[in-house]
Amino acid sequence: MKPFTRLSSLAAPLSLENVDTDQLIPARFMKESRADGYGGFLLHDMRFDEGGTPRDSILNSPDAKSSEILVTRRNFGGGSSREAAVYALVDFGFRCVIAPSFGDIFASNAVNNGLLPASVSEQDGEQLLEALADKPDHVDIDLASQTITCKSTTISFDINPTWKLKLLNGWDDIDLTLAEAPKIETFREGYKKSFPWLG
Amino acid sequence: MAGRTLFDKIWQAHEICQVDNGQSLLWVDQHLAHEGSFHAFNKLAERDLPVRHPECTIGVADHYVPTISRSLIAVQPKIRNVIEQLISNTRRHGVRLIGLDDPRQGIVHVVGPEQGITQPGLLMVCGDSHTSTHGALGALAFGVGASEVAHVLATQTLWQTKPKRMRITIEGQLAPGVTAKDIALAWISSLGADGARGYAIEYAGSVVESLSVEARLTLCNLSIEGGGRCGMIAPDEKTIEYIKGRAFAPQGEAFEQAAAYWRTLYSDDDAEFDREITLKGEAIEPIVTWGVSPEEALPIGCCVPDPARASSPAKARQIQDSLDYMGLTPGQKLTDVAIDKVFIGSCTNARIEDLRAAAEVLRGKTCKVFGMVSPGSTMVKAQAEVEGLDKIFTEAGLEWRESGCSMCVGMNGDLIASGERCASTTNRNFKGRQGPGARTHLMSPVMVAAAAVTGHLTDIRDTLG
Repeated sequence: MKPFTRLSSLAAPLSLENVDTDQLIPARFMKESRADGYGGFLLHDMRFDEGGTPRDSILNSPDAKSSEILVTRRNFGGGSSREAAVYALVDFGFRCVIAPSFGDIFASNAVNNGLLPASVSEQDGEQLLEALADKPDHVDIDLASQTITCKSTTISFDINPTWKLKLLNGWDDIDLTLAEAPKIETFREGYKKSFPWLG
Repeated sequence: MAGRTLFDKIWQAHEICQVDNGQSLLWVDQHLAHEGSFHAFNKLAERDLPVRHPECTIGVADHYVPTISRSLIAVQPKIRNVIEQLISNTRRHGVRLIGLDDPRQGIVHVVGPEQGITQPGLLMVCGDSHTSTHGALGALAFGVGASEVAHVLATQTLWQTKPKRMRITIEGQLAPGVTAKDIALAWISSLGADGARGYAIEYAGSVVESLSVEARLTLCNLSIEGGGRCGMIAPDEKTIEYIKGRAFAPQGEAFEQAAAYWRTLYSDDDAEFDREITLKGEAIEPIVTWGVSPEEALPIGCCVPDPARASSPAKARQIQDSLDYMGLTPGQKLTDVAIDKVFIGSCTNARIEDLRAAAEVLRGKTCKVFGMVSPGSTMVKAQAEVEGLDKIFTEAGLEWRESGCSMCVGMNGDLIASGERCASTTNRNFKGRQGPGARTHLMSPVMVAAAAVTGHLTDIRDTLG
């Protein structure tokens, strides 16, 4: 996975709470192959009407298409565990989502795909949305110092320290865990003795 | 040593090691796969990795299966392809499959408890957020994404940061017509859809103790709708009796040995929780959702909220956005909201007790709207047919379908049309969840049945003698 250190890009505002994973990628697109890309499905029903005509959505603006940062409200990515929600964001071009809170499973899925879930306070989140004034604008993110800078104002963000390390180094869990195989086997031997009915 | 919670006890038993930054590597006893697991199997294939412990995974076909019949002939090729991938992936890796034609097939979170796969003290994961359901039997069970599923398949372990602990205690008694669904919607509407984010929830108190195992499954199922990492209930004699004799449960002496351990799984008197919430059973009313998040829910006697009375301009815009999508007017009585469809199904509310309760309301009545019933499992369906419940539903005008996730998520093509309003026993009223433009109101099975009879949202208590 590509390490994440700094990001300097346009940030698109999405001033809504509870943007759940069903909205991020409606279920009907989840039978598609990832190889073809999921970016076109991102927030599909918010971006297009039922005939497929683009709606008046900020995400359809040319600036949004070159934004690598999304700024939104609380409980982003709640709901279904579908990792396809993250695939849609990543394939659309996003590398960071800034919000006061994220669905737990979504945030974990994000990190596993190199997408930074940056948690800010409700107040900082609102100020950032105000600064963007309903259109994409330039934002700098530094993961090491956990800071976001927009129009010369700098705010800090929270991230689970393990996730920070994983993102900074581009680590992959499976490789790390396979290296722990002897420890796992030793655990398993003891575990089987403690719970013999589990077979 | 300070007392330990139920959650602490199970977490500790599965902790292989802990690293400096606070993450723990956990042993996973049981992984449940479904058609949506194809992304995870593809990740294994990319690296040419085997499934480390195929005996610890069971595949169940549920998300994409047709409910009109069990034949795949008429199924859209892309949907069929997803179902067929579950068959080929489980076969390739020697993983047991409860497939479409299996009499034990059903929604994975209904099948697990029903087959005795779900047991107290187990650490269970599945690539589905409603895995929290299994906690009702005292398992530590939570949903994970595809990358984590791939990690479990490759290593039978998972890295996790230990969540905080929250106890939701419900004391007293529930009034007639009030169900586990209403308890869940009550706490979620009060704490918010992210109110339990970062917490492992334990449900306790006299109301929870008095709930049947099936009602407890409904309560734990909805933990994720309040953002909880998992929901659990300490196993009691009711739990142990429920598991006894089920196909995958330990048998004979092994069962007694297991049960002796299960009886140690409870929160010690001096165990500490990071957050405590208490609800009075008597104060809970039948609840329906009015918006597009499970937190947007109110007792049935209330009116649609008015954005003008919101606490902030941002909140007002949020409410207005929900009302626009739902086609509702501020101040409108919830009982005046007319519906177009009903759906009884899903891992939340399609077990036999749910179907019995809904059928009791519908017995001898005719529905004013169309709708369908998809039992939680093929075994639930068979049992319902033995009891004649299918006849009650069909005579009332509802369709009696095969088991699957069906219209809860619409992946198989069972959808509500755009602009149509559905009273649903499911778990999510998200925009587009039941189809593009579909409007979903969540409620209990008896409330859905009552709405089907009147054609509008209805207080079940008005129909009780």
